[in-house]
Amino acid sequence: MFKLNVNGKVHQVDVETDMPLLWVLRDHIGLPGTKYGCGIAVCGACTVHVDGAAVRSCSVPVSAVVGKKVLTIEGLGQGGLHKLQASWIAQQVPQCGYCQSGMLMAAAALLKEKPRPTDADIDQAMTNLCRCGTYARVRAAIHAAADIADTATGVKRSAS
Amino acid sequence: MKISDVSLARREFLKGGALVIGFSLTGLPLALAQATDARTPHTLNLDEVDAFLAVRKDGSVIVYSGKVDLGTGHRIAMRQIVAEELSIDPARIDLIEGDTALTPNQGPTAGSTGVMRGGMQLRQAAATAREALLARAAAHLQTGASELIFSDGYVGTATARVAIAELVGDRAFGVRMNPKAPLKNPAQYSVVGRSLPRPDLPGKFTGRHTYVHDFTLPGMLHGRPLRPPAVAARLLEVDAASIAHLPGVQVVRIKDFLGVVASDEWAAVRAARELKARWSAGSGLIGHDNLALWARRGPFVKDEIVVSKGDTSDLANDPRQFAASYQWPIQSHASLGPSCAVADVRADSAMIWSASQATHRYQPAYAQMLGLPLEKVRLIYLDGSGCYGMNGHDDAAADAALLSKAVGKPVRVQWMRQDELGWDPKGPPQLLALRAALDAQGHIDAWEAEMWVPLATANLEHVPLLAPSDAGIAQPAGQMVGLVTQNADPPYRAARVKVTAHWLEPAPLRPSNIRAPGKVANCFAVEAFIDELAVAAKIDPLEFRRRDLTDPRGIEVLDRCAALIGWKPAEAMRRRTGAMARGRGIAYVHYKHNETYVAMAMDVEVVKKSGEIRVKRVACAHDCGLMINPGAVRNQVEGNILQALSRSLFEETTFDSQRVTSVDWGSYRILRFPEAPELLIDLIQRTGEPPLGAGEAASSPVAAALANAVYDAVGVRLRTAPFSAERVLAALRATA
Ligand code: FES
Ligand code: FES
Repeated sequence: MFKLNVNGKVHQVDVETDMPLLWVLRDHIGLPGTKYGCGIAVCGACTVHVDGAAVRSCSVPVSAVVGKKVLTIEGLGQGGLHKLQASWIAQQVPQCGYCQSGMLMAAAALLKEKPRPTDADIDQAMTNLCRCGTYARVRAAIHAAADIADTATGVKRSAS
Repeated sequence: MKISDVSLARREFLKGGALVIGFSLTGLPLALAQATDARTPHTLNLDEVDAFLAVRKDGSVIVYSGKVDLGTGHRIAMRQIVAEELSIDPARIDLIEGDTALTPNQGPTAGSTGVMRGGMQLRQAAATAREALLARAAAHLQTGASELIFSDGYVGTATARVAIAELVGDRAFGVRMNPKAPLKNPAQYSVVGRSLPRPDLPGKFTGRHTYVHDFTLPGMLHGRPLRPPAVAARLLEVDAASIAHLPGVQVVRIKDFLGVVASDEWAAVRAARELKARWSAGSGLIGHDNLALWARRGPFVKDEIVVSKGDTSDLANDPRQFAASYQWPIQSHASLGPSCAVADVRADSAMIWSASQATHRYQPAYAQMLGLPLEKVRLIYLDGSGCYGMNGHDDAAADAALLSKAVGKPVRVQWMRQDELGWDPKGPPQLLALRAALDAQGHIDAWEAEMWVPLATANLEHVPLLAPSDAGIAQPAGQMVGLVTQNADPPYRAARVKVTAHWLEPAPLRPSNIRAPGKVANCFAVEAFIDELAVAAKIDPLEFRRRDLTDPRGIEVLDRCAALIGWKPAEAMRRRTGAMARGRGIAYVHYKHNETYVAMAMDVEVVKKSGEIRVKRVACAHDCGLMINPGAVRNQVEGNILQALSRSLFEETTFDSQRVTSVDWGSYRILRFPEAPELLIDLIQRTGEPPLGAGEAASSPVAAALANAVYDAVGVRLRTAPFSAERVLAALRATA
């Protein structure tokens, strides 16, 4: 039995010690926004935050996040929309969208570190894969979001 | 954003995808409950307006679309089309897609036909409905139909009006499709042509949109198929004891089909990994290194002349002759999320939730596989990870259905990464040999193209699926490859032309249609060869194309593309000295010779030491006729460019005598974030023209524009894709 803090709520889960966080989130906590893509930390579809840092939940066993704060795409906006989500809507970023929760979580971690990232910062931080070819739009949406002022609760207005 | 745009986005956002996936109290999926509350029974007859449209009592409209949104924006475009003809707010439209029990069979969502064919059927249904409503309103209001105006759900005059809902709400139209029902004058469009936001996007940014991967049913189990270690290997023995330590896992074996089922997904993943089984060797594959040899040697089914104009028989002995061969590898759809489906198979019926681009086409396949009558098998489309042709979704659905039938519970199957790259049906290999002669002024006098391609089986109902073939269940035999011969003749004036297909059968790995089937390789060959001819004729490549193009729309995209990138005669761009060479290339396609026009130019750098190509800027002018939603078209064009760059630069399915060996993102490399170039896109809106499709065309000229730019930079012709750094380096060394 593990006690996990996910999106500010404590969950008790009865799972195997080595179960990757990804499956715990999807199947045991009911948060399917985080996606499986490769299972070996390459594609980034499963990106979540653990204590504020972007990690690939397919490759983190549940036991490693006990006592830490996990944030998933469902909790990113804290009830509203994170400014990245607003920017993603304004830019109509995705095609299929399967990679996008991972993209957003990676971008959110980047903005925390670097509120005004350069193209080089983005290239370095965004190691997520997208098969549909949304990289150019993701880049534009990150820049657009960086131009929006932060508020305590997350931006609820559209970026357009 | 206008108010209606925002409200549409918000409505969908609040619903969070519940429209399609929620369950009503009666246990019927909500979509069905909503459909039946409008009117029962619901016809699927394509000749009836009722197959496509229903008006509820509250004035909202249901659109039934056999074509589905594959991440392409159909979900908003289809609403816009109907909203425009009926003069209603698109936010008042609910859309049901790809449900074999509810939507008419409009054919697969493939070949860029979604809007071009499917959308136009919907438009005609709406126009027919409008015609019928006019007549009914005229009778109701006792006035002439010509006086009446449609506005916001009402029909009437300045003084009297009646709600559409009152005329037909919750009742069937009972009207046959009228192919001649008058369409709204495009000059009056207010909804079509606007980049309304896609309603499903907010849910995709908050984790609340239900992909098929996220769909669950009460009591649902998780399954995984175990594909053999070699293609066509037989299953000799299964050691169920090898997973005895994993509680609650069931092993399912049907002849050579092997799968595991567990209540927990991680347990299923582990079981599939740890279950020990003994397999025979495979049937023996030719290996990717031998593809060109295989293509040249056969066995052949037949030769076919697919284009013939004038007599080219003396070309082979023409001293003016130029010749070159081009090769395209086998490629995977490589969906980012491995394929997934959920099946609930009962004794007398089955429901399958699938991201298939062709739910209607595969309904008979599952009926046959499960031994059920066709009408007892229902498929419902849910979003998947982008598929770009037939990827593994239909196979995953077959896996889920077989497993569900075996264990008597609903089963969800998601493939693992290696399943997707290893076993999705692949884009077939292509080999082309081109020959041409120019006249004294450098115009094309004679052109011959020969192609070596796998033959599509005539009238094949669907691509044979893995699960029934492993389980020894009969299914139609053969292969599908898409229309692979198009665009192998030049779009420019040419006195004499012959295109011959040498049909091979079967493909080395199970094929299916992949984005812009055949056209990516054909256009690569044609437009790279055109570049060779232009250089030989000492004519600027843009001018060489332009002067022998007669179609004004083709000329316009070329001109616009040249303006976008700032085209100068190619010589000016060359930087052949130094460690980093720069170049610029251009290519053009008139897709299938009768659809979308695309011109593309790009700037590249080539790192001479490593052979690495860096694409800096891509300019694209694009004319797909009427754009219903230009924003969605732009997304498709961007996606085509980046994905085709990925295919041209990196992608090749490798395989040895037994199995596919490119089964992860290391061995099947795709474009990464920093490699995406700057995109300059010019979309031409042609309101008075029919829509032509945007899902594929812009993929076609990418490889040629790229290869031509590399030639411009370093003077080396790339004729085999992908243009990996090793290959470029080898070519550089060979010419040094
Ligand atoms: S699924 Fe975790 S990185 Fe790909
Ligand atoms: S939007 Fe489809 S994989 Fe990124």
